[in-house]
Amino acid sequence: MTDAVSPSGTAPSARTLAIRASLRRRHLVEGLFRALGLAAIILALGFVTLLFADVLRKGVPAFMQSNLHLTVTFDPEVIDVGPAPARNTFTSEAEYSAASLKWQRDVALLNWNKIVETALREAAPAGTEIDTRQLLTVAETNARHQIREAFVADPSLLGRSVEIDVLASANADNWIKGNIDRALGDAQQQLSPAARALIDGFVADGTITTGFAWAVLTNTDSRAAPAAAGLLGAFFGSLWMMLIVIVLAVPIGVASAIYLEEFAPKSRLTDFIEVNINNLAAVPSIVFGLLGAAVFINYLHLPISAPIVGGLVLTLMTLPTIIIATRGALLGVSPALRQAALGMGASKTQMVFHHVLPVTFPSILTATILGVAHALGETAPLLLIGMKAFVASVPVSPLDQATALPVQIYLWQGNENRNFFEPRTAAAIMVLLAFMIVLNGIAIYLRSRLEKRA
Amino acid sequence: MDILDTARRTASPAAGNAMTSEMLDTHRIRLTARDVTVHYGTKQALHGISIDIPSHAVTSFIGPSGCGKSTFLRCINRMNDTIEGAKVGGTIKLDGEDIYDPSLDVVELRARIGMVFQKPNPFPKSIFDNVAYGPRIHGLAQSKADLDEIVHLSLRRAGLWEEVKDRLSEPGTGLSGGQQQRLCIARAIAVSPEVILMDEPCSALDPIATAIIEELIDELRENFTIVIVTHSMQQAARVSQKTAFFHLGKLIEEGNTSDIFTNPVHKQTQDYITGRIG
Repeated sequence: MTDAVSPSGTAPSARTLAIRASLRRRHLVEGLFRALGLAAIILALGFVTLLFADVLRKGVPAFMQSNLHLTVTFDPEVIDVGPAPARNTFTSEAEYSAASLKWQRDVALLNWNKIVETALREAAPAGTEIDTRQLLTVAETNARHQIREAFVADPSLLGRSVEIDVLASANADNWIKGNIDRALGDAQQQLSPAARALIDGFVADGTITTGFAWAVLTNTDSRAAPAAAGLLGAFFGSLWMMLIVIVLAVPIGVASAIYLEEFAPKSRLTDFIEVNINNLAAVPSIVFGLLGAAVFINYLHLPISAPIVGGLVLTLMTLPTIIIATRGALLGVSPALRQAALGMGASKTQMVFHHVLPVTFPSILTATILGVAHALGETAPLLLIGMKAFVASVPVSPLDQATALPVQIYLWQGNENRNFFEPRTAAAIMVLLAFMIVLNGIAIYLRSRLEKRA
Repeated sequence: MDILDTARRTASPAAGNAMTSEMLDTHRIRLTARDVTVHYGTKQALHGISIDIPSHAVTSFIGPSGCGKSTFLRCINRMNDTIEGAKVGGTIKLDGEDIYDPSLDVVELRARIGMVFQKPNPFPKSIFDNVAYGPRIHGLAQSKADLDEIVHLSLRRAGLWEEVKDRLSEPGTGLSGGQQQRLCIARAIAVSPEVILMDEPCSALDPIATAIIEELIDELRENFTIVIVTHSMQQAARVSQKTAFFHLGKLIEEGNTSDIFTNPVHKQTQDYITGRIG
């Protein structure tokens, strides 16, 4: 075929033929590898897309929630309590707060469900026949707390009627969204036929509307009132832990890496340390949890379930990652730069801090943020130090009890009200992923900015 | 000796230097090395090097690759200290002071003996910061104006001022190879060292950039003592007044450049400069 165009005009030599024969095989191998690589990428992308699509499909509806618009009458017959104590009638702050607390306790003991019931009955179409217990299943159980808090905040509401929005119950929300098959028989439904009819009526007349589920973001976890369960507590728990990880792991990790790479004499001891750091990076995270429970809780008596312990455990877990990444980055700095600095009479410390660190800073930063993001998503060690406890408050300090976002996901996934919590779990996953995407975005942004500057 | 004398008289075209060998003889000796040895682990890289390096002149080290010329150069500002397993023996004195004396601070030594490397290695910082770095860490500038003046003067002496005066804040790594090397020279002279060591400063440069650097080296001789390692014998002949020939870790021959190139005493030197070994 190509014989005719061969430069010498003669038939190709045996050598050329041999090369051609091997060429065909080499091209085949190359094509095969390309196809394999492409297939791997497509497969990986496919799985990621599937995962995200599934989470989005399940999670997005959880960000919309049914709200009940009620006209609440603060009936003096039910709210049978004296006026709120006024500060000026007491001589000391202690007496006032004691009286104030007693008043609040009295308020709490009132039959607030009666108020909710009345409000619901008023909202219901005339002639609705439904017993009180069933009626109360329409609103979430925290409605009474919400109304009570409104009264405590403003005792002058007594005897007046005001519009208050409360959450529809988790079961009502499920019914409205169709999470429960409407065709199922009464025995399999969580709500009575009367309650279901009432809810449908409420949706039709606009008493129940769907709005953005702020509760997911602004509330803490709740068991008694699932519709009001939110991530705020877990979010702050994670935030505290991240702060501890950043404050501890970054300086310790970077400093250790710099010392080991730049200053430590090469000896058997440093080799031993290096091997151990590499091994630590491969230790299963649950082992760090055990260590945390043994050392920080049993020995140092730090509070159980607290972000301080979680943060310390995650710091230990993140340290090897940061040390290895930083050492890698330092190792990659060209010897020419070091020589230039030393040749100018810079001391070793000056060489490291003036020249080597600035050059490696972007990669150290990226490694750090990825390490912290990894720690943020870690669940197993937190289970062992008690951070899987149900906590319904926002931790105001790292010593307070708290849970973390991934643990919250784990807890919700196990909740018995599956119809309601499955979407909410997906929503929590979305919040966690968004948090991580923001972190990674910051890493990428900083990296590109710093690299441009360098 | 007759032959040598004859050679010396006829040496001028080969040397091409303004300074004659007789002038060189009157120069003060700045560096003295006696019996310098270097071991890298168990391997001996230098065998008893003894040489005097004259002040305000260019001394070149020539020899085939691996002959130890760069190793010896790095002994002079103790850059070998930074190499794992390197052991230096013998004495090197700068103005009569032993630079391997334990009481001598190596940082101070390197401020007195500057170095320019084979590959231009400006810091990944602005042109200004590159030159200002030395004066800054050694506290040589009293004020910002002082520093500006040092940077200006150093860049001017390195022949780079006109090319970069409008972009001092741009990164030094953005310059061309030849400009980068002159920036490195400016950086080295900014701390007013007594000696400047140059390790094959032109080997990564094109002929035009090389010519500019060679010219610069010739000018710098006025103020500094320069030691240059080079692969190019033409370069050694063009820029240096004194030449030392290294081979297999030994100093084979040293002397006035004109003598070495026109009338080498040793056969090995002759073989090298005529291209038979190397």
